Amino acid sequence: MTANEWLPLAVLGSSLAPGLIIFALPEKRIRQRTALNLFGALAKLALVATLLAGVAAGEEYAFRYAVLPGIDLAFKADALALLFVTLSAALWLLTTLYAIGYLEAAPHRSRFFGFFSLCVTATMGIAMAANLFTFFVFYELLTLATFPLVVHRGTPQAMRGGTIYLAYTLIGGTLLLTGIVWLFQLLGHGEFAHGGVLASLDGAPQWQLQAIFLLLIAGVGVKAAIVPLHGWLPQAMVAPAPVSALLHAVAVVKAGAFGVVRIVYEVYGVEFAAALDLLTPLAIVAAVTILWGSLRALFQDDLKKRLAFSTVSQVSYIILGVALLGPLGTIGGLAHLVHQGIMKITLFFCAGNYAETLGIHKISEMDGAGRRMPWTTLAFSIAALGMMGVPLTAGAISKAWLTDGAAAAGMDWAIWVLWTSSLLNAAYFLPILWRAWRKPLPAAWPDEQIPARGRRETAWLLLLPPLVSATAVLGAGIFADASWSPLAWAQLIAEREYPRMPR
Amino acid sequence: MLLLTQFVALPLFLYARAYFAAGSAYFWPLAGFLLAGLNALFLSADLFNLYVTLELLGLAAVGLVAAGGGAQQVAAALRYLFATLVGSGIYLLGVALIHGAYGTVSIEMLTPLVHVDAPRAVWFAAGLMLIGLMLKTALFPFHYWLPPAHGGAPAPVSALLSALVVKASFYLILRLWLGPFAALTTAAAWLPAIMGSAAILWGSWRAIRALRLKELVAYSTVAQLGYLFLIFPLLGADQLALQAGGMQVVAHGLAKAAMFAAAGVVIQVTGRDAVADVAGIASRLPVTLFAFGLAGITLMGLPPSGGFLAKWLLIDAALVRGRWELVTVILAGGLLAAVYVFRVLRQAFLPPPSGERRRVARRPVAMLEWTAFALAAASVLVGLRGMEIVRLLGAGA
Repeated sequence: MTANEWLPLAVLGSSLAPGLIIFALPEKRIRQRTALNLFGALAKLALVATLLAGVAAGEEYAFRYAVLPGIDLAFKADALALLFVTLSAALWLLTTLYAIGYLEAAPHRSRFFGFFSLCVTATMGIAMAANLFTFFVFYELLTLATFPLVVHRGTPQAMRGGTIYLAYTLIGGTLLLTGIVWLFQLLGHGEFAHGGVLASLDGAPQWQLQAIFLLLIAGVGVKAAIVPLHGWLPQAMVAPAPVSALLHAVAVVKAGAFGVVRIVYEVYGVEFAAALDLLTPLAIVAAVTILWGSLRALFQDDLKKRLAFSTVSQVSYIILGVALLGPLGTIGGLAHLVHQGIMKITLFFCAGNYAETLGIHKISEMDGAGRRMPWTTLAFSIAALGMMGVPLTAGAISKAWLTDGAAAAGMDWAIWVLWTSSLLNAAYFLPILWRAWRKPLPAAWPDEQIPARGRRETAWLLLLPPLVSATAVLGAGIFADASWSPLAWAQLIAEREYPRMPR
Repeated sequence: MLLLTQFVALPLFLYARAYFAAGSAYFWPLAGFLLAGLNALFLSADLFNLYVTLELLGLAAVGLVAAGGGAQQVAAALRYLFATLVGSGIYLLGVALIHGAYGTVSIEMLTPLVHVDAPRAVWFAAGLMLIGLMLKTALFPFHYWLPPAHGGAPAPVSALLSALVVKASFYLILRLWLGPFAALTTAAAWLPAIMGSAAILWGSWRAIRALRLKELVAYSTVAQLGYLFLIFPLLGADQLALQAGGMQVVAHGLAKAAMFAAAGVVIQVTGRDAVADVAGIASRLPVTLFAFGLAGITLMGLPPSGGFLAKWLLIDAALVRGRWELVTVILAGGLLAAVYVFRVLRQAFLPPPSGERRRVARRPVAMLEWTAFALAAASVLVGLRGMEIVRLLGAGA
């Protein structure tokens, strides 16, 4: 095996191995567990950095292993895969730190961290899958590994959320499987390739290809929480905060959105998909999801549920970007994949901090929270402004490219959708900020757990991760032109996807 | 098949040693007979020898069920005895008719002799033999004897029966179907498929409704056996269906053995057998629960397990022939399996009811837990070694 073969495997292994060892560790070995977790996360980041440098220089990393005749378990670490891998690896490190602080003294931590590592492994597998078979294997693994995390607390609501989550995702998986096997049947393989693989297929009736597209998109759309398949996401918010933060803001929903990207660009090919009249319906579904998610968010009093509906809305920005024909929309959508991740994880970290420190779960309880926890609220504000697309934040960049992309594709209605959504975002985020900063402190907090000590408003392990990710939100916005920004990487991907299109 | 038998039997014997710590005088000799019967069956080359091994197998299995000793178990064993005797009786009748028509019972010699224009007695004989074997395989609607027998027997026995014994008669059906009776059966291929579909749906439904843990696992066997019969209309030159069947036999054999073994541990530790009583084992028996979960993954046909590969091949084979109704059944069966497996897992994560803690629970025996785990892990890892199994099947077919 050459280095180019084992590097993708090592990326998988750097979270799989700690995960498996952690299962075997007794509950009380906190120190070993923490060390293993951090070692895995750091090792993964180092490996990913190597891959990034290599791919930027034009190297190709791939690994292949035959499971059945004609069916391979195949990985490739191309530019698109690395966009998602880097995001997940970086946020895994932050979330691990956060989870160590959050779950201090909670029961069943071995189980929690074990499944947590498995989830990250599954996400990596999804990102690096080089064919639909591999994608499906890890897609289902992600479903299975998240279930124990959703029901972690074992309360009746947790059980209910978990059951709903399973019902949605398993049915989605079944649809996906049907689509994949059908495609294998027509094509003889399910490889991902730049520019799509279906265009070369002659003789298959158009309706079959359209039906397969519907099955595949419905399958991944469940995880991407496309309306009307989004019902599980707000219910799954009963999970502990680090789970909501990493999985439901980043890994699971992004796995779905990432699947849409792969299917549109590398299975169908964006031009072939447009020729089959598939992109416009997809754009409309995305637009409906954006507006519906924002509208529902407006009426939630539970902070995490409001954030969840906001996720429903924001993830479809990515899908909208994909559905806009042309490189500008692609760049906007892919950049938003990263931008939405860092913004939403910040918001969930902060929501977790409010809940753990002061017992705040509802927006109506947030009066004066900014005075008691200024740093947390600062991070929250930056991310919330980013969601609205305020200049200097990451959100502004993705929104600008998406709007340009919509204009270039001649879909002016999409611009209106984006602007309406920004207004709705403002309508549901600004009141929270106003309450937190301007309203006077209440007489007592709902359930104060961690008393303030001097400047320290909460445990430092809880405070550090949101501050880092909020800084990243600003960084990605201000330095969007730098060669290492998510935007620049998205441009690199679009360049490889649209080789013939001028920019 | 021989390989699978030994692979499943070895850990189960280790398991049984620990399970019957106090010693059950009947278990060992009977299990020995059972294993001998199985091995002989897989190696036999003529119809009458097969009858002998079938009887040996059936009687040893009945004895094992009855070895539990309780009134319920004896009743289940009698029912099982009845089913197995009727099954072998019908089979023997068929063999006799064949002998009358052709004067031989060697599979090899019969294969070129049987044609579509064979005398009516041969058609009748083929039908009788296949029905007799289906009765022993507990194909729907002949499944009635299986849940009480498998659900009532001690855990290691259930595991042996579900994982291996029913597979033996399936193996025979497949062998006869592809061998001597190939010319006769192509027209009737839809029949086993319909019965198989009904088995999947009905077995899963009963598993979802089952109150007792082992009853649930036993009905799941009924459902999983249904998948095996779906392959009959799909058999063809491309080997896909055969590979699917082989994979399903291996994956289900390992997974079901693991599941019964895990259920046995749970019952031994909590002292109860109701699905509702597994609450709280997530923290008390993590290894066992993990084994149950892994086996469940195989049964649901989720990747990367052997069950997933079997299902993939099966769907592939069904699509090649445009049999969408079978695809629907297969997918629906997977979802139903998810319902009954997660019914147990979900319960296991719940905190045990208060008061439960006070009852002194027996400590689990490590050997029991880990053999269950090893079987379950094997059923999943088989999914990554699909190449070898396909190659082995290719050599055998």
